[in-house]
Amino acid sequence: MAVRVQRGDFDVGAELAALSDGRSDIGAVTSFVGLVREMGGPGRGAMTLEHYPGMTEKELEAVEREANARWNLSATLIVHRYGRLEPGDRIVLCAAASPHREAAFAACHFLIDWLKTKAPFWKLEETPDGERWVEAKAEDDAAAAKWTTR
Amino acid sequence: MKVLWFAWLRTRVGTGAEDVDPPSSVDTVAKLLDWLAARSPGHAEALAKREVVRVAVNQSYVPLDHPVKPGDEIAIFPPVTGG
Repeated sequence: MAVRVQRGDFDVGAELAALSDGRSDIGAVTSFVGLVREMGGPGRGAMTLEHYPGMTEKELEAVEREANARWNLSATLIVHRYGRLEPGDRIVLCAAASPHREAAFAACHFLIDWLKTKAPFWKLEETPDGERWVEAKAEDDAAAAKWTTR
Repeated sequence: MKVLWFAWLRTRVGTGAEDVDPPSSVDTVAKLLDWLAARSPGHAEALAKREVVRVAVNQSYVPLDHPVKPGDEIAIFPPVTGG
């Protein structure tokens, strides 16, 4: 289990390789990469991610612990960036390693769904009309809630 | 106790952190929010819609009836939008 909150970018290939390096008990590694999507025209829609240092790490670790309690996982990783990001930039990486693909797929999906509603990050978007705080989406709550009813 | 404000609550209040010393009768999160709302027009505006306010005490989410005491770190923020 590992959690990192950082300003800088991450190397997806290197992060995924490190999850299974030196191990022969892992049969599957799955990953989710979240990117800044352009909004309001080509190349527009930069944003600044604010977070609550300390609580952010605690909440991400709790999400990882929950995933490891639910599935048989060999390793998990969450890397989340903060600060100003532009369209096309990576925001977040979630990865899960397991002996078998079913657990790895499900756990990775769970990691991103839960962190979106629990980790204390807030997005401030740059729009043609000025800066705007992104509002939480009901779809994200619903996506997280489906994991509580299983 | 230390109060931290994040995202648009911070911009309404005008500061990200403040040290406050409420009377001892302010012993729950709900009472603290009422007390803070009376501090300035910005505080009142930030706390006008309680249903969109989330609170963490000592970096853990808590409900409105959770106790607060001197020395606590109270964070007040809108629903999160990471990922």
